[in-house]
Amino acid sequence: MSTPGQDANWPLYEVFVRGKRGLNHVHVGSLHAADPDMALHHARDLYTRRNEGVGIWVVRADEITASSPDERDPFFAPSGDKVYRHPTFYAIPDDVPHI
Amino acid sequence: MSDDATAYESLADAHGGEERWAFGTGFDDPLAGVDTTVPPGVDAGALALECLALGDDALVMSQRLSGWCSNAPELEDDVALANIALDLLGQARLLLTRAGHADPSLRPGGAPAHIPDEDALAYFRQPGAYRNVRLAELDDDGDFARCIARLFVFATSRLAQLTRLTDSKDPVLAAIAVKGGTELTYHREYAAGWVVRLGDGTELSHQRMQDALEWVWPFVRELVDDPDDRAEFDAVLAQVLRTATLVVPAVAGDGARGRSGQHTDALTELLANLQGVARAHPDATW
Repeated sequence: MSTPGQDANWPLYEVFVRGKRGLNHVHVGSLHAADPDMALHHARDLYTRRNEGVGIWVVRADEITASSPDERDPFFAPSGDKVYRHPTFYAIPDDVPHI
Repeated sequence: MSDDATAYESLADAHGGEERWAFGTGFDDPLAGVDTTVPPGVDAGALALECLALGDDALVMSQRLSGWCSNAPELEDDVALANIALDLLGQARLLLTRAGHADPSLRPGGAPAHIPDEDALAYFRQPGAYRNVRLAELDDDGDFARCIARLFVFATSRLAQLTRLTDSKDPVLAAIAVKGGTELTYHREYAAGWVVRLGDGTELSHQRMQDALEWVWPFVRELVDDPDDRAEFDAVLAQVLRTATLVVPAVAGDGARGRSGQHTDALTELLANLQGVARAHPDATW
């Protein structure tokens, strides 16, 4: 919890929710909390109140290392013309739903 | 973004093509498959009064918690308290419906014929006909520590009550108790978290949390009247208060009054707010 002398605002946490077993956690939004445990409770209250989730991750926003918009081209443009990297030339069986 | 689409599509797929995932999917009906006739051997009058007391506790507490929406210290806690209020409102609806079904004579005379029992009981009874504990009706004056202290003792006591009632001879009450138990486990956890955070926080937060406990304590004796519930209640309280560096107040409290319809003025005020619209427009439908 915050103590006198520190920033009065609670830190920002990013929230990831798993919709159901077998799916990935998906980023759904962010919230403020005093500690990770409180962040988890708040995430439960804010992001799963309509039965959206079976699992939650929270992580402090300032702990995330993100790619920069300035580096967008060197990072992502090179993959733009390499369609052969997609596994689209295989037949996917009907009973494999999440690809 | 395609990941989100996949996740939500699969949610919709999982529930019979129900595509309104934003409004939730796969909800369970707590009374699915439960026969609602009162079984032989169950005293319908006593069952109705038990449901009425539990339903009134939930309804009045829900109304008090709703008052915190937009007034909590943080936006996140606004939503947390509103969620808890809505859980309790859901319990109240099931319990008042059960009470009205088990003993139709409970239905107040002034209620319009077209509204269901739950609404008749909620909107058309006088304060003296309410059977909630007085703890639920108190006005906490916007003091967050009081809100938390009340919620903590309320949820702890109600969880013990409902856990016991999962063995009820009435299958409907047993099903409501199972559903409510999971909800209350979370309510208690939420409130206990704040009791510890404030109690073991700064000198000021500690003092205010202790003051808030002293404020609820005179009403605890009425709240937890079953000896088995009381043992569990005391054990949970001792554990959480120890962690929170708080002390159990020494006030004894008085006997049951709210359960026999003797309430404080706070309930009259609360019900005027709760019942105003329904009484002003008795022919309204919703």
